Amino acid sequence: MKPRSADHDARYGRYRWRSALVLALVVAGAALLAARAVELQLVDHRFLLKQGDERALRVITIPAHRGEILDRNGEPLAISTPVDSVWVNPQVVDRNLDELPRLARALKERGRVLARQITGHLDRQFLYVARHLPPDQSARVKALDIPGVYLMREYQRFYPAGEVTGHVVGFTTIDDRGQDGLELSYDPVLTGVDGAERVLQDMYGDYVQDVDNIRPPRPGRDLVTSIDLRIQYLAYRALKAAVQRYHAQAGSVTVIDCRTGEVLAMADQPSFNPNDRSQYQPNLYRNRAATDMFEPGSSMKPFIIAAALTSGEYRPGSIIDTSPGYLKVDDKVFRDEQDYGPINLSTLLAKSSNVGAAKVALSLPPELIWKTLTNLGFGQVTGSEFPGESSGMLTNYTQWRPIRIATLSHGYGISVTALQLAHAYATIGAFGLERPISFVRVHGPVPGVRVLRAGVARSLIGLMQEVVSAEGTAPAAAVVGYKVAGKTGTAWISDDGGYSTHQYRAVFAGLVPASDPRLATVVVIDKPSGPLYYGGEVAAPVFSSVMTGAMRLLDVPPDNLQAMPATTLVRLDEAP
Amino acid sequence: MILDELSASRTRRTLSAGTRALRALRLDGPLTGVLALILSIGVLVVYSASGQNVRMVERQIGNIVVAVTALVVLARFSTPQYLRLFAPLAYALGVLLLIVVDVTGHIGKGAQRWLDLGFMRFQPSEIMKLAVPMICAWYMHERPLPPTFKDLVVMAVFIAIPTALVVAQPDLGTALLIAASGLIVMLLAGLPVSIILLSIPVLVLGAWGGWHFVHAYQRERILTFLNPESDRLGAGYHIIQSQIAIGSGGVFGKGYMHGSQSQLDFLPESSTDFIFSVIGEEFGLLGQLLVLGLYAFVIGRSLYLAMQGQDTFARLTGGAIALSFFVYVFVNAGMVSGIVPVVGVPLPLVSYGGTSMVTILAGFGILMSLHSHRKLVGS
Repeated sequence: MKPRSADHDARYGRYRWRSALVLALVVAGAALLAARAVELQLVDHRFLLKQGDERALRVITIPAHRGEILDRNGEPLAISTPVDSVWVNPQVVDRNLDELPRLARALKERGRVLARQITGHLDRQFLYVARHLPPDQSARVKALDIPGVYLMREYQRFYPAGEVTGHVVGFTTIDDRGQDGLELSYDPVLTGVDGAERVLQDMYGDYVQDVDNIRPPRPGRDLVTSIDLRIQYLAYRALKAAVQRYHAQAGSVTVIDCRTGEVLAMADQPSFNPNDRSQYQPNLYRNRAATDMFEPGSSMKPFIIAAALTSGEYRPGSIIDTSPGYLKVDDKVFRDEQDYGPINLSTLLAKSSNVGAAKVALSLPPELIWKTLTNLGFGQVTGSEFPGESSGMLTNYTQWRPIRIATLSHGYGISVTALQLAHAYATIGAFGLERPISFVRVHGPVPGVRVLRAGVARSLIGLMQEVVSAEGTAPAAAVVGYKVAGKTGTAWISDDGGYSTHQYRAVFAGLVPASDPRLATVVVIDKPSGPLYYGGEVAAPVFSSVMTGAMRLLDVPPDNLQAMPATTLVRLDEAP
Repeated sequence: MILDELSASRTRRTLSAGTRALRALRLDGPLTGVLALILSIGVLVVYSASGQNVRMVERQIGNIVVAVTALVVLARFSTPQYLRLFAPLAYALGVLLLIVVDVTGHIGKGAQRWLDLGFMRFQPSEIMKLAVPMICAWYMHERPLPPTFKDLVVMAVFIAIPTALVVAQPDLGTALLIAASGLIVMLLAGLPVSIILLSIPVLVLGAWGGWHFVHAYQRERILTFLNPESDRLGAGYHIIQSQIAIGSGGVFGKGYMHGSQSQLDFLPESSTDFIFSVIGEEFGLLGQLLVLGLYAFVIGRSLYLAMQGQDTFARLTGGAIALSFFVYVFVNAGMVSGIVPVVGVPLPLVSYGGTSMVTILAGFGILMSLHSHRKLVGS
């Protein structure tokens, strides 16, 4: 040991001071750390906690189940099945592009296409690469476990009746929203409210676990439609057969229940399969019955007779002289097939006399005709709210000159839809009570609005029955065991500002059973190109076929058993 | 004696057996106890931070076994004379290996910190964390205190050589720690206050000059530290995520293995450099203060043991080991809570990894050896 000295003591003092300084530095450092900890965990705690939650918590939507669409007897027309869609986060997948060939194989896609799709969207964090995969395929994608590739639960719409109900039910977009038909018009009812759930996600956006349920998904409500799938099927089958047999371009059948205004069937040709929309052809998707306007031709005549009966100037037995078989109005000549001479109103309809209808119409005040047609719903939408429904066209009577009235009397210069025409016939079938058209099943009696005197309607129905007799234009529309009241129409098709003389639209509109009408049915066949093209030849058999089945299905009591010849049993077997 | 032994309770027997074992191994009881506590906490936190990775925990326990062995061997078998002899050798070997690493790294065209010995990978810069303070202490041991200007220059050269070599690797963080360990010896030996005051403008100028010599990524780190929001997704990401982790923990924390930042991978390097954030998130302010308190105890006890050193070498080496430990803790804890720039420095004894753990526990082994091999005055 060195001897102690004054120098040593001084130095010792200096070192004491030095150790104090070192200790002070250490304590200051510790205090700084502790202070910072307090600052972060007490002062800034709330802000930083929120920041952390923003990173780790995510709200995901739980898709709500879309309501089913059912026919009036509960048969499913549209149902939703859970499927998986595959989406990627391009920014994450970009880091392991070598995994893409495996994904492409699982998706049955070309690897190069998929890679280009992903690298082309690097600015995004969400990109669908496959929608609505079948379960086995989505399971294969899930098993790959590639970072940045995720599955998402969605619902796919399935239409069990396929083509049969394609137009009336419509379809949804791939995002489960109504796009056409009843799917569109009742979208707010069918669409549920998506639920929301808070989940924990990790750094890579991968789901980790549920945290809490913010709100459960509220499924959409089921829609019970007015459609009777059995009658719809009959209509679809008969119409398709007729369109093929008569080489027609298109056609539609609309069946309305006179007592409720419900649409029991609405079939269109050409049709499409709503379950496979890979080939989008807008002309196939159009619901012609509701959207296509056409000039109804002679199927309009009963409404002129309705106006005539309403006027009080005419009675069912009134005689009209149609000689000499043509009528000149201004400088236009209207002709009948032949000179029918003096005929009553029943024969006028049965023979579809243009001269007779024109003479009657010209004798009536134009306002009365206009009012009768307007009351029956022409020139306005039916209120069915079917998407794309047309209002048709009916000009105001103040613009009518005699030539207009004469053409109107046999269904030119007015445009209607098949749905409007069926509605008008249903109103007559309900003895003058107008009931709104409904695509939803109706419970209980529908009161209706009187737009035609009951007596007038009853007389008119009586007058229309001769049409389907052997002497009328449409014996083919007869329904075995039932009386039928109806009217044919064969109209030139107007296009490009003129009437085509070789293209026709064949129409048959009728009521069954005529003694107490249950169904009002309109059959429209567009541009039949074979030798047969008259409404009575082309449209009437479809009517007969559909109504024969419908009467049996609806258990409607026959009102014409006496006139049931033995031979009709054979005819039934031959029916298409 | 026999009666005493017999009447002693089982607890007392166990305790006294423990005390005797510690004495036999020449370990300091309080320091050993707290170090063991910190190591245990470390293993638990690594388990949580690694996402319940059992293999990582096993390897960490293996690291601890190796490091504790180093501590025990140094504490039991090394003597101050031995260590004094060893200091220049270790320093020379370390400098040599650093040169080797720099040369191979230069050939390999990239940052090179490791030396592959075949059976293990070894970081020569770690030796320097102990060798630099020891060589300075060794140098001052034969000379009167306070150091002369010439002594200071010599020590500065001792410090500068390895520091420069490590900067060249490049590993700025470790280089700063090595320099700090040497400067601590100079400070403890008696660096004149005038030089300390003078060095401040020199450091400022040096920082300004150094700015143009450091790597772009290092410059970016410093900039990011000064304003982490400037680069949210890039370099600032670490600091932001770390502060969110700590701050969201609050007073009591989110619970063991329940930190969303650390468990869901938002926090980078959560089991190594940023493990202190995991403690903050899962155990809250209380957990952080507890761990800091344990560190404070280790530093305090180490300083106490160092001050009892009987010669210059023992006091300077011990003091440097204790204060270096403080620097490690301060730099890491300061880094994760945003008061020090991000430098790759692990939290001593807790972060996953073997190299620094061995160095640190070896340091404590030396410290305990220097303390336990004191000659009693007069004997």
